[in-house]
Amino acid sequence: MEIDHNTLVAFSKSWGLFYLLGFFICVLIYAFWPSNRKRFDRAKKSILDQDDKPWK
Amino acid sequence: MIDKLTYSERQSASFILVAVAVVGLLMAAFGNSNQLGVHGVIVMIFAAALLYPVLSAIYAPEPVEDREASYYDDPIKVGIVLAMAWAIFGMFMGVWVAAQLAWPNLAFDAAWSTFGRLRPTHTSGIIFGFGGNALIATSFHVVQRTSRARLAGQVSPWFVLFGYNLFCVLAVSGYFIGVTQSKEYAEAEWYADLWLVVVWVTYFILYLRTLARRKEPHIYVANWYFMAFILVVAMLHIVNNLAIPIAWSSAKSYTIWPGVQDAMVQWWYGHNAVAFFLTAGFLGMLYYYLPVRAQRPIFSYRLSILSFWGIVFFYMWAGSHHLHYTALPHWVQTLGMTFSVMLLVPSWASAGNALLTLNGAWDRVRSDATLRFMMAAAVFYGLSTFEGSFLAIRPVNALSHYTDWTVGHVHAGALGWVALITFGSIYTLVPTLWKRERMYSAALIEWHFWLAIAGTLIYIFAMWNSGIIQGLMWRTYTGENTLAYSFVDSLVAMYPYYIARAFGGLLFLIGAAIGCYNIWMTVKAVPSTVPATPDAPETAAAVPGE
Repeated sequence: MEIDHNTLVAFSKSWGLFYLLGFFICVLIYAFWPSNRKRFDRAKKSILDQDDKPWK
Repeated sequence: MIDKLTYSERQSASFILVAVAVVGLLMAAFGNSNQLGVHGVIVMIFAAALLYPVLSAIYAPEPVEDREASYYDDPIKVGIVLAMAWAIFGMFMGVWVAAQLAWPNLAFDAAWSTFGRLRPTHTSGIIFGFGGNALIATSFHVVQRTSRARLAGQVSPWFVLFGYNLFCVLAVSGYFIGVTQSKEYAEAEWYADLWLVVVWVTYFILYLRTLARRKEPHIYVANWYFMAFILVVAMLHIVNNLAIPIAWSSAKSYTIWPGVQDAMVQWWYGHNAVAFFLTAGFLGMLYYYLPVRAQRPIFSYRLSILSFWGIVFFYMWAGSHHLHYTALPHWVQTLGMTFSVMLLVPSWASAGNALLTLNGAWDRVRSDATLRFMMAAAVFYGLSTFEGSFLAIRPVNALSHYTDWTVGHVHAGALGWVALITFGSIYTLVPTLWKRERMYSAALIEWHFWLAIAGTLIYIFAMWNSGIIQGLMWRTYTGENTLAYSFVDSLVAMYPYYIARAFGGLLFLIGAAIGCYNIWMTVKAVPSTVPATPDAPETAAAVPGE
């Protein structure tokens, strides 16, 4: 099959749009995966600890 | 600063600087008396000015303490000073070009001071000089604190910071002498662009290596925003600046992109520069300094992840909304418009997340102007992203495009969002960085805040009025189906708004100058939180009498 301008346009108009939405669904699953909740909660609180030295 | 480097690190720094000076010499030799030659001399002066302090301290005692036991803050301090210096320069140029629009005589009949040359010194001075230095400084700070690890390099942070500023100096000085590749926000020519690639790749590697040595297992969300900023800007910069110089001895080059593809690549670059330079990096600041200043964790960490990936996926496609009603295929315009409207979701998720973090701490927002800077930034972020989605809709764009409405929209973002979040972050950062109890004067921060708010509001209201009047005048037809107003008629109608806009910008500039004074006095006059240690070694008394 010859790949010409029209082929690329057709590809961009269809899959080019929907693979991004597919990515986004993966992110939704990651963000709301129940076992990640504890990790996220710790992460958002940990930046408030005020020890101004690198950890050993 | 140089006493914190080992002897071999001082040697590598000198070697790099000599190499840069040699490149400058070659540019001067090949470029002869044209613009490339002028830039060669500037490169040599820049390298020599940095080489002098390095060489004069090259045999100074080496650091004895364990450097890994502390964060590397020296480059951050210099970065903040440079950011504030560029802020004053860039804002001054902005006030000047704004005044030129009202009073054209302010160009003083010289080539270097015409509007076309001064305007990019304002945009590059603010975006790259002020914004870029603030981003480099805060990213170095945030990545160390959230990773609980020191920067993965001693010389490379300096290379990134000063190398980047060399790019800014080449860009801005070039505009005065007529160097430009005529691409908005990418005006710098091929040799400066190549140099920025080297600097930027070093920046990305330094950031990744620092993250790789992190002691905190989770990578905090602010780092994701900074990483997206660094990675995507590299990508945009390289693709948009693919160009062939007319000769190795010339500053002039031509882009490899032909016709409408050039336009598309340029606005894919241009709008993603807004997305990843002026949004993602500054959201990184917001997600770190706002919770730290408010002493409250971010309202929803999950939402911050969703808005991050939303911005990354959606923004990539939005650039074509700059090319409505052009030769660009209609479906590409529609694609850009659709994604621009969808962008409202992740944008408002971030703005809402910031404001909900403050919910329950409004008394602190009332009493603490630094926190209020960040709150106002989140509000302006929400407003300008709403306006942006709206302006990207094709029929709305028919009214707004080429008018001052666009200029007002950009400044709602640049003044209201980018500059306010930066000032809020800097006021949070300066006392901790220099180990001071507090900023020198809380009253001066209040002054800065209200001048900045007043300046921004005057600016954007003037441009809304002016832009909509312009747009309407250009599309008003008479009964005989001819245009009712000439272009000059619309120009006369702009006059009062141009004066108001210059005044708004002037207020903003005065606020920034007050900020500089306050930072200077904090470093000079506020008592340190760390007790002073005696300078003499304590064992001196053990060898009495000789």
